[in-house]
Amino acid sequence: MSNNMKKEREALFSAKNIKLLKNPVNLDNPITVQVLGICSALAVTVQLKPAIVMALSVTIVTAFSNLIISLLRDTIPSRIRIIVQLVVVATLVIIVDQVLKAYVYDVSKKLSVFVGLIITNCILMGRLEAFAMGNKPWPSFLDGIGNGLGYGAILIAVGFIRELFGSGKLYGYDVIPKAAFEAGYVNNGMMILPPMALIIIGVIIWLQRSKNRELIDKS
Amino acid sequence: MQHSNKYIIIYSTIMVVLVAVSLTFIAMGLKSKQEDNIRIEKMQNILASVHVDATVTNAIELYQKYITHTLTINNKGEELQGVDAFSVELAVELKKPAEQQQLPVFIATLEDGLNYTIVPVRGKGLWGPIWGYIALKDDYNTIYGAVYDHKGETPGLGAEINTDLFEKQFVNKQLFKSDGNFVSVGVIKGGVSDSDLHNVDAISGGTITSKGLEAMLKDCLINYQEYFKNKGKI
Repeated sequence: MSNNMKKEREALFSAKNIKLLKNPVNLDNPITVQVLGICSALAVTVQLKPAIVMALSVTIVTAFSNLIISLLRDTIPSRIRIIVQLVVVATLVIIVDQVLKAYVYDVSKKLSVFVGLIITNCILMGRLEAFAMGNKPWPSFLDGIGNGLGYGAILIAVGFIRELFGSGKLYGYDVIPKAAFEAGYVNNGMMILPPMALIIIGVIIWLQRSKNRELIDKS
Repeated sequence: MQHSNKYIIIYSTIMVVLVAVSLTFIAMGLKSKQEDNIRIEKMQNILASVHVDATVTNAIELYQKYITHTLTINNKGEELQGVDAFSVELAVELKKPAEQQQLPVFIATLEDGLNYTIVPVRGKGLWGPIWGYIALKDDYNTIYGAVYDHKGETPGLGAEINTDLFEKQFVNKQLFKSDGNFVSVGVIKGGVSDSDLHNVDAISGGTITSKGLEAMLKDCLINYQEYFKNKGKI
């Protein structure tokens, strides 16, 4: 992917650029294929709302850090490039954290340290090193959005399953009818605990690989 | 391309200064909004202890309507002048020696015309701080309502302390024995009979949080015992 250098000007949404957006959502998904950023996926997916806010935050941070690093890529001294990347990421994360605290306080409390930990999210450093350092700003920006969405899609899928079966709610609203509880249905407490997130991600990886045989490791 | 040391130093200096300035501006700009959120949450918690359900939008209005009086006392039960009870940070006070602590008291007057005394409590759970508000009836002994919250207790286990099911157990429990001795409310394993005025049932699987909550009630409320005794003629 890194030899994406283009000689002539191409359309903003050329086939190649669309691929940058779409690939990470499925075939090159940061969580299920690259197995990056798992820890936060376990922690913030008990409910749908924090999962969505986390997905948005990570998308914004990956997109803009990719863009900024790509703009600066020719000026960054290679000896301190990791530090420069970290400073850019940390700045964006602090901005996101401050904005969440000011405007969606309840969600920011649920996400607690995990917003801060976006700084060390492997997806970010991975994309900056592998893509933004060697590509033009626009493709880098799209790559950032694509990877953020790929991460977010898994988070939201896991959050959906865990909130539905763990609390009988979706986005905080009751969806399982009272009658079901009266008939003896109970919420699954296991869904609320972190191990269940890992199991659900495992199931998603299994489903994805059984559909896309080329993802299965040859070894 | 290899850059000179001079370039690297200048580059990093400019970068750090730019970042610092922009972050400072953003933090300053959002500060008042963030502080409002924290104040509103505190108001919601205080109101919840007297069973008033406040949302983010109407918390300030309801707080002004129901919380009719606030005061700060010391552990001898004497009122301290010139201290705003709402802005007292219990976390800071609890680190001071008992006789120097400033203890906030909130008085709520509800629709039934009765006064309820609300006091904050704060302690340690398994993973981090836990805190809450206890509302007492006008005998300064019987609990009218209790609300708890926590920073990061285990979901489904310790985190159950802020569910209705747990909090409701505290209603009508008493802090003082009939002979006037302060006993607080115990959180014990294995179920509690309805006639037990001084204990509630602990959370299965949340033993350390339950123990922490028991200690929090005892340690915080004991500072108020003189005030309660004087006021309630216990």
